[in-house]
Formats: sequence, C-alpha cells, structure tokens
Amino acid sequence: MHYDVVIIGAGMSGLAAGIRLAYYDYRVCVVERHHAVGGLNSYYKRGGREFDVGLHALTNFVPAGKRQTPLAKLLRQLRLSRNELDLAEQRYSEVSFPGRRLRFTNDIAVLTAQVAEEFPQEIDRFRRFLADVAEFEDTRLDQPHHSARSAMRESLHDPQLIEMLLCPVMYYGNAEEHDMDFTQFVTMFKSLFFEGFARPRGGVRAIIRALVKKYRSCKGELRIGDGVAGLEIRNNRVAGLTLDSGEQLTADIVISSAGHYETMQICQENGVTPDLPDTGAVSFVETICILDRTPADLGHEAAIVFFNDSEKFHYARPREPVDLRSGVLCCPNNYDRHKHLAEGIVRLTWLADFAPWMDADADTYVAMKQACFAKAIERAEAYLPRFREHVVDWDMFTPRTIERFTGHISGAVYGSPRKIRDGRTQYENLFICGTDQGFLGIIGAMLSGITVANLHVLSDS
Amino acid sequence: MNASFKNSTVEQVKKIVLDIIELVAPDADLSSVKSDVRLRDQLDMDSMDFLDIVMELRKRYKVEVPKEDYTQLATLDGCVEYLTPKLQAVAAL
Repeated sequence: MHYDVVIIGAGMSGLAAGIRLAYYDYRVCVVERHHAVGGLNSYYKRGGREFDVGLHALTNFVPAGKRQTPLAKLLRQLRLSRNELDLAEQRYSEVSFPGRRLRFTNDIAVLTAQVAEEFPQEIDRFRRFLADVAEFEDTRLDQPHHSARSAMRESLHDPQLIEMLLCPVMYYGNAEEHDMDFTQFVTMFKSLFFEGFARPRGGVRAIIRALVKKYRSCKGELRIGDGVAGLEIRNNRVAGLTLDSGEQLTADIVISSAGHYETMQICQENGVTPDLPDTGAVSFVETICILDRTPADLGHEAAIVFFNDSEKFHYARPREPVDLRSGVLCCPNNYDRHKHLAEGIVRLTWLADFAPWMDADADTYVAMKQACFAKAIERAEAYLPRFREHVVDWDMFTPRTIERFTGHISGAVYGSPRKIRDGRTQYENLFICGTDQGFLGIIGAMLSGITVANLHVLSDS
Repeated sequence: MNASFKNSTVEQVKKIVLDIIELVAPDADLSSVKSDVRLRDQLDMDSMDFLDIVMELRKRYKVEVPKEDYTQLATLDGCVEYLTPKLQAVAAL
C-alpha cells in the first residue's frame, strides 16, 4: 500500500499532523501500535472508573478572541472550535517551598503581587525579568541552546525565587536534568504564567476524541494495534515501512512522533542501524487517587500545587525509585465550581529513576508500587491534610508503564534533552514531530505536528 | 473585455479570496479590507494563515501557487492580478 504520508503514532502531535494533511487531500495513514490512541496523553477504564494519564492542565489557556496565541493558532489550523474542548479555567495554583508560597492564576498580575509580597527586594528585577521573557522570540526555530539558570541568575538575585519559578516550568516539560534550555524555559513560562491553565471538562479524552473525529472526517486512515517495526533506508531516504503484522507500506514522506532515538532505532540500511542519538533520563511515577469526597470538601482549592520541601530543588533522575522531596499535586475537580466529575480525584506526580522499575520482576514491581503509594500519600498530606482516609481506589503509572504503552525508552515522557526544532532527521523524507521536536505541553504537542506538516509537506508541495 | 465584465471578475476573485480568509481566520474583521494594503498587516495574519490561503486555493480550485509566487498574493489587488488567469484556466470564473 502506498501513501503520500505515513505518520508514526496517534498521539496529539501525530493526529494534528494527520488532520492538516488529510484536510488538504493528502493520502495519509496514522499508524498506532497501542490498542488506544493518545500516546503520552491518554485514558483508560479500570474497575468501572475512568482514569486520565498525561494532561494535568491544558497550558497556554487564553480567553476567546486573542488571535496570535498558540491556542488560537491551533484551533484555526485544525479547524476546531473552542466549544469542542469545553475548557474550564483554573481558579488558582501554587508553588510551595519551605516557608514560602506563590499563588498564581491566569492573570500574571496575581503572581507579580505575590512576588512583591514574598520577595519584596526582588520585585523590580522580577518585573524586568518578565519583560525580557515576554520579548524573547522563543518560537524561532534557530535559537541556540542557552542555560535558563544562568539567564535567571543574571536577572534575579534570590536563589529561592529562581528555584520556585523553575519548579513548575521544569515539571511541565523539561527533558534536561538540573538545568533547562532557555528557549524551552521561555515557551513554558509563557504558557504557564502569561497564558494559563484550563482543563477540558471531559478530561484528556475530550481532546483526543475531537482530534480523531476531525481526522476521520477528513478521510484520514487510522490503523490501531499495529506499529511500525522497521524503516528501510535506501539512498538516504525511507524506502519502505514494515509493520508489526508484517505488512509492507511505502510513503513519499514519513513523520514520526515516536521520539528521535526510538525512530532511529527502527531504521535499517542494508541491515545496519544508524548511530543512535541520546535518550532522556527524566521520568515520573504518578499516583491517581479516587476520593469519597472532593479536595475542596477537605479545604483544598488549588488546581495544581508544585511543591518542594527540601532546602534545594533537585530536578534530575533520582538515585532511588522515587524522589519524594518535590512533586506535583493536581486536583482536576478544582478547575470548575460546577461538579462535572463524579468523584474526587487527586493526582500526585514525582520524579522517578526508571532503572529499578524496569528491572523489577512482577512481584517486586507490585511491592514497589505499594510502597511508593504509601510513602507518596504520607508525604502529600503535608499539602492536603487527612486525605488518606478518603481514598477509595488508586492506580499508579511508572516509567515501565510509560515505556510499555508509549514506546518512549526509559519512560522519558519529555524525550531527549536534545530537541530537533525543525523536525529534520539525517534522512531526506523522514521527519520528527512530538516530544523530541521540542514544543511543550498539550498545545505544543499539537502545534508540533502542525508545524512539521506545514513546513515539510504542505509548503513543499 | 468590456469594463463591467472586468469589474465583475475583479469582485469575483476578491470574493473567492475573502471567503477563504473567512474560513482560515474566522475571527478576522473582513468588513473593511483595503485592496492595496498587505493582507497580513490589516488582518493580523501570520505565515500559517497565509499558507492556508494557498492550500485552500489548491483544495477548492486546483490552483497551484508555487512558493516563489507567494509574495504576489500579499494584497487583494495582487491576488486579483495573479489569480484571475489561473482561475479562468480552471473555469472557476
């Protein structure tokens, strides 16, 4: 079978690329190995309950009518209406460090006022820093790598303020350990603080379903449960694709959302695999707790709390299965005063070392999950007191779950620290979109697919 | 070609382009578009929107606009001049 374009992976970036191309009458096939679509942002049912993975918050939220913003561009490019996403805005979120707390909303003035209160000696510098960030052209594809920490130290003096700003930005999209590329930092900072958080009332499935529906309405082909096992390279081009089922496909262009390493790993030229790029080391465990009441009933109203309770904030692969010194506490119920969720949900995300989770035998793995759950709940009670007694069910995903269901090596949800901003690979007709292209967040993932489709297929036709 | 026929062709091409812009940028204000001012400047459109105008011309009318000709579509007047023969060739006018 021959296609104009084959897209590897039916996550947000692959589906967005697929919609662009199918809409403009290209013969497109999106190939997804897993039996469900969504990739890193997906959902499943267990014990009659619906669970979401990925999306804590849709970042880049702006009110309707703001045209030159990522959310508005995305909706225009995919011909989706805002109503389909049915977004509920956050009321507020927090960054909580020892002795200090910064509250923020979708209005940057609130964060600025909080900084003025908590770090009065920093406020003028903070305002200048905001102006610098606002001006920085993070969407240019050719910005050189530059340390966010050193850029922040040039602007701000209080190390705790720097760490408190880095914490949410890193947790929501940094593939690098310890530091972050300044361009990526700015993209994320704008999406979190200049724009803001919202949640589709239907959860992540609302977005995925809207994408699949749109793609199908444009006559795009979607193959579920059959992955791309191999890409045959000839004369520096992908000459053919072999699926897990053994079926052979050909395509003029291949766009892969599987990750740079993961894509190169399946390339073969005369039986030889090319040199492989770096993989990422940053992974997470997340505990999803179902409560018999809402977090608000327990007095907790923040949508997201990014917390760190040790003296320094460490963002790196830990030396133990899970690092409980910092993390993210997400309460989907708190996005909306109207009760659109049947039960209370608390999601707790922590940095994890992938190795012990990967290496464990089945019994050890279950025991590790149990131990992690007990410790995580205990630690999180510092932010959500007495919620343990209200937990009626829980599930947990680990680096092993992520690798199994998304194919991302080591469960590196943010991919490789080295991003390919323009999506090009060493092969002429093979392009990367998604995590390793380096746009961040849910909106970034979809814009990544759009950009790669526009740049390498539509403008080149 | 008589003047009224020419005039109606001009209006037809403008309408074709404006209909496309309405789809590509549904929140743009099209009520007072000036023919001789760059569309990007008066409608706050970016390169993504512009690509969509070209792609819609291809999808709807099978009119191909090569990359090197994109600049000719900068204004409505430019669109009329450049697209009229192309649209006539595919019998869209």
